[in-house]
Amino acid sequence: MLPQIAIEPLGDRALVVKRTGVFVHSDTKAMADMADLLRAAGASWLTDLVPAIDTLTVVYDPLAVMQRVSAGLVTSNTGEAVAEDHRMMKSRSGTEADMGDERLSPYRAAELEVRRMLADAVSHRTRKPRTVVIPVRYGGIDGPDLPEAAKRSGLSEEAFIALHTSVEYEVAMIGFMPGFPYLMGLPAAIFQPRLTSPRRSVPAGSVGIGGSQTGIYPLETPGGWRLIGRTQMRLFDPARDEPSLLRAGDKLRFVRIGRRDLEAGEDTP
Amino acid sequence: MSLRVEKPGLHTTVQDLGRSGWRKDALAEGGAMDRYALRVANLLVGNDEGAAGLELTLIGPVFVAETDLLLAVCGAYMTPHVNGDELPMWRPVWISAGARISFGTAVDGCRAYVAVAGGGIGTAPVLGSRSTDTRAGIGGIAGRALRAADVLPCGSMEAAPAWRAAISWSRRNGWAAPGWFAPPVAYGGGAADGIELRAMPGAEFGRLREAAKAALFRERYHVAPASDRMGVRLAGPPLELDDAAEMLSHGVVPGTVQVPHGGAPIVLAADCQTTGGYPKAAHVITADLALLAQAKPGDRIRFREVSLLEAQQIYFALEQSMRHLAAGIQLRLSYNGST
Repeated sequence: MLPQIAIEPLGDRALVVKRTGVFVHSDTKAMADMADLLRAAGASWLTDLVPAIDTLTVVYDPLAVMQRVSAGLVTSNTGEAVAEDHRMMKSRSGTEADMGDERLSPYRAAELEVRRMLADAVSHRTRKPRTVVIPVRYGGIDGPDLPEAAKRSGLSEEAFIALHTSVEYEVAMIGFMPGFPYLMGLPAAIFQPRLTSPRRSVPAGSVGIGGSQTGIYPLETPGGWRLIGRTQMRLFDPARDEPSLLRAGDKLRFVRIGRRDLEAGEDTP
Repeated sequence: MSLRVEKPGLHTTVQDLGRSGWRKDALAEGGAMDRYALRVANLLVGNDEGAAGLELTLIGPVFVAETDLLLAVCGAYMTPHVNGDELPMWRPVWISAGARISFGTAVDGCRAYVAVAGGGIGTAPVLGSRSTDTRAGIGGIAGRALRAADVLPCGSMEAAPAWRAAISWSRRNGWAAPGWFAPPVAYGGGAADGIELRAMPGAEFGRLREAAKAALFRERYHVAPASDRMGVRLAGPPLELDDAAEMLSHGVVPGTVQVPHGGAPIVLAADCQTTGGYPKAAHVITADLALLAQAKPGDRIRFREVSLLEAQQIYFALEQSMRHLAAGIQLRLSYNGST
């Protein structure tokens, strides 16, 4: 089931699909599903999609949308939409752009098209979430903040790791940098404040905790989360058909591996 | 056909019109900051307007042509020279093998673009684009800015439609150019009144204090030195918010004007992150992102309010004029270059 949605503009070539009413946990998957449905529809005017936690951003080509309008392919309740355009598009200073009375604005046309595509696709089978297992070497040079984090939570390092590996997480979204998963489901006992000043360099594969979220840095980057471990899984690889290992809606588990397991796969001594 | 880098300049990268369709993996769209200048430069050498060219930033590079080349320079005025002569901008220029092409510091604008005939810079495309994304480490040469001794592959010039036109231009000192040119753009960053960027209010505009709402479209802001391809940071009267409510991170796009808690706005640019959580006070219209790209640290800018509908109409008008320009250039090139 797709949630009830509202749509609003984001600049002059993007729009945001939002959940109306209260955010619920399952919306995250709904946003990812909607993104899949729109992508599968393959509209030429649809440039890009950003499924996030409770929103879906759609980037569109205003010229290509208007070609559909000119071709008479955007037909939903046009009269009402044009009237709405005139109400909403008026700038605050009161100057009104001069637009033919009959024509939809590119934004309104894109909005109508997104609504139609989602309605058409409601019965469409949405993809099944996958469960991905991420092997992690905790502590030591791979997780330099583990001792301090465990202390802050009043736990031994062992107990801290046990909690971090105890739950199935959900990928809320891929954001911040290529392939970076924001994971939901972190046990409250091991929430950690972000660093007051971010590290200049976090090694690729580092597993971190920032507030109530946990995630994995796919590439070396500056970063402000507490680092508790590191994985050798490649979360982002531009040579793959799907460069990001994970996608919004996936389930994820961390499993602890010993030092030797990881070293076997390392090139460096 | 190739171009060798003698000095790399401050931050010179290979850019085309960006890679779209990968935001779900948090890959930036990227591409040229000033798409207008790159598109015009490409048209001037007979390329598709989306071919990969070079983006030069503030301090330009020095190149040596390893073969005869046809190129065009558009965008910021960075005192371009060829073999010691001033290299004319906004027009195709034929350059003989061994010529030295050098740029200085940006005088007007922030970024210049070099397009080469024969389909542009021929580095390998990654995920559908040749644009360099230094954060992801992909595109261009090894996903990084150019370094000395890099060699940039260029297409075959002889196959380029503009090549024949160049035969009729009078050659001297190893280069030649026609008398005609595309209309140059002056950026006027140093002007006291600043660069005007048209913008529409964003979703959280209403959360600004009344004084901040008025200030946003009235005050002059300075471009701060920390600006880069991800965002242009502005210094000026802080924009205070009525409430400090935190939002869940959501999609943002180039042009989005974010207001962090300190109140100093950031205008997101071509390499911006795909998601963000700061309140969105406004959006610079797509048609004016080229001007944003040319605002250099210290320049003043101001925002003028337009509606979404006006923004989209301005965009349409710009694309229309681009088509006229393309047709005009094509006619010039096919007339065998006679001036």
